[in-house]
Amino acid sequence: MAWFRKPKTRLQAADRRDLPGDVWEKCPACGDILYREKLKENWNVCPTCAHHMRLPANGYVALLMDEGTFRERDRDLRSADPLKFVDLKAYKDRLAAAERKSAHGEAVITGEGKLDEIPVSIGVMDFAFIGGSMGSVVGEKLARAGLRALEKEQPLIIVSASGGARMMEGIFSLMQMAKTSAVLAQMDEAGLPYISILTDPTTGGVTASYAMLGDANLAEPGTLIGFAGPRVIEQTIKQELPEGFQRAEFLLEHGMLDRIVDRRSMKREVSRLLRHMLALPAPEDFALNVAPDAP
Amino acid sequence: MATVAHLDFERAIAEVEDQIGHLRTLARERGLDVTSELRSLERKLHDLKTDTFRNLSPIERVQVARHPRRPYTLDYLQLMFSDFIELAGDRQFRDDASVVGGWARLEGEPVMVIGQQKGRDMKENLLRNFGMPHPEGYRKALRLMKLAEKFRRPLVTLIDTPGAYPGIGAEERGQAEAIARNLREMAGLKVPSVAVVIGEGGSGGALAIGVADRVLMLENSVYSVISPEGCAAILWKSGSEREKAAVAMRVTAGDLKELNVIDEVIPEPTGGAHSDWEVTAHSLKDALLRHLGELREMPVDALRAARWKKYMAMGEWRTVQAR
Repeated sequence: MAWFRKPKTRLQAADRRDLPGDVWEKCPACGDILYREKLKENWNVCPTCAHHMRLPANGYVALLMDEGTFRERDRDLRSADPLKFVDLKAYKDRLAAAERKSAHGEAVITGEGKLDEIPVSIGVMDFAFIGGSMGSVVGEKLARAGLRALEKEQPLIIVSASGGARMMEGIFSLMQMAKTSAVLAQMDEAGLPYISILTDPTTGGVTASYAMLGDANLAEPGTLIGFAGPRVIEQTIKQELPEGFQRAEFLLEHGMLDRIVDRRSMKREVSRLLRHMLALPAPEDFALNVAPDAP
Repeated sequence: MATVAHLDFERAIAEVEDQIGHLRTLARERGLDVTSELRSLERKLHDLKTDTFRNLSPIERVQVARHPRRPYTLDYLQLMFSDFIELAGDRQFRDDASVVGGWARLEGEPVMVIGQQKGRDMKENLLRNFGMPHPEGYRKALRLMKLAEKFRRPLVTLIDTPGAYPGIGAEERGQAEAIARNLREMAGLKVPSVAVVIGEGGSGGALAIGVADRVLMLENSVYSVISPEGCAAILWKSGSEREKAAVAMRVTAGDLKELNVIDEVIPEPTGGAHSDWEVTAHSLKDALLRHLGELREMPVDALRAARWKKYMAMGEWRTVQAR
């Protein structure tokens, strides 16, 4: 049973550049010194305190997709810099730098694959690419992912990680909120499942469009989720924000999320939800990519 | 309107207006004939206004869009519609006075009108929250949209907000969810819709009542993903660079028409909407009647298909050789 085994996640070139040269990493939450290989095998979740560190987009593909089933789509789409935007830097230089740094052409990877043997259309955002901001290409790639789901009558899964709309594409970025939501309106009418997975951080225009519109909204523990960023709110109301404000736990308490899900159980939870929504049999044993939850 | 504050670039206009006023008083009090002087001053005023308003920079248009004398939603409801009956509340938490809406008649035809509402003085602004809605405002708007759908009446929305309110309560009650839901529901609405930016189109807070079959903008209104001040603070690290940000983001009605994001720019009278409410309302009403007339002819499936196509085409990208 090959799918029962934990696949080896290969270090991407981009990941390697981000990491310091040594083999140890300190957990920012509990301070424990962790063996990097062990941390990777644990999907960047601290084995000691279960703190969720950021996982690159490729990591989520490996986490959620059955081994060898993922086919990336539309990887040739790039921003056209429609406003020829220049601030202190030229937007096109920011784009080039982001592409070198992240090893992706844009802030989302989209494609098709199987999740616990269920064919799905999937999009995973990459915070490393200009803060996971949504411009025309992010909107178009996600819209196409939705269209494929509609055409093939498959579920759609979007893993969000974003600072919001991309200012350098101005009004076009704002309109991506309408565009992606329009696709989800079609998914609704077609009776097709859409699972939204919110990861740290998910704010601004992404939260205020597809990230909040899931048939299930799932978030990783501790994820920052909001419409306005905490700094903007503090400046507006001129007072400090309460502890835990805009964290996933806060949103769950206020009724904005269905569940907070440990990354290591995410695939199982999504599979179970989809199987309910699609009236497929429950998995006899949960097809995990990973070892059981940490205590 | 004696105590109205003028925008910087309006000062010269205001001076000439004052001169005309003085001359008139003088003529009345002393029985002088000032016809020729008046005519020359009025020509000067007209030229000055035309010149000033034809060449407004983007940031000056932002100022005009925020002008405290500019007509607001409730003013247009008075000027263009009849028989307006306001409907309150989201049926969930409270009534948000920064969004107003209800049934109104446009040339006798019942339509649902929803708009953001700013205040003109501090007291009214406290009530209207400076036109910045909480989630309840968006949920009230959605409730009214669904009511329009139920009775198969067209929807008109008037956009005029600096943005959705960024506060603790707004976040607790799901500002993002309220906006997102409106985007999705408006995309699928089974009745014709026309959205008009009448002043400030502030980001997601504007778009949340702005997904429509036709999107129009008054000539001096602005619409952007973030305020020029906010953009400047983040990208230029200085809020005072808002002028550059306003240029770079292409925020004016003319820009957005050129970028194919909106359908029509509605001309304002020389001197801006605030200089002549009636003329402005007249132009806006004409445009509304024309667009609603066109949309009314479309079967609902075709209407929704066209709306879908419109939003699916939003954005610009390029294709590179796959690596």
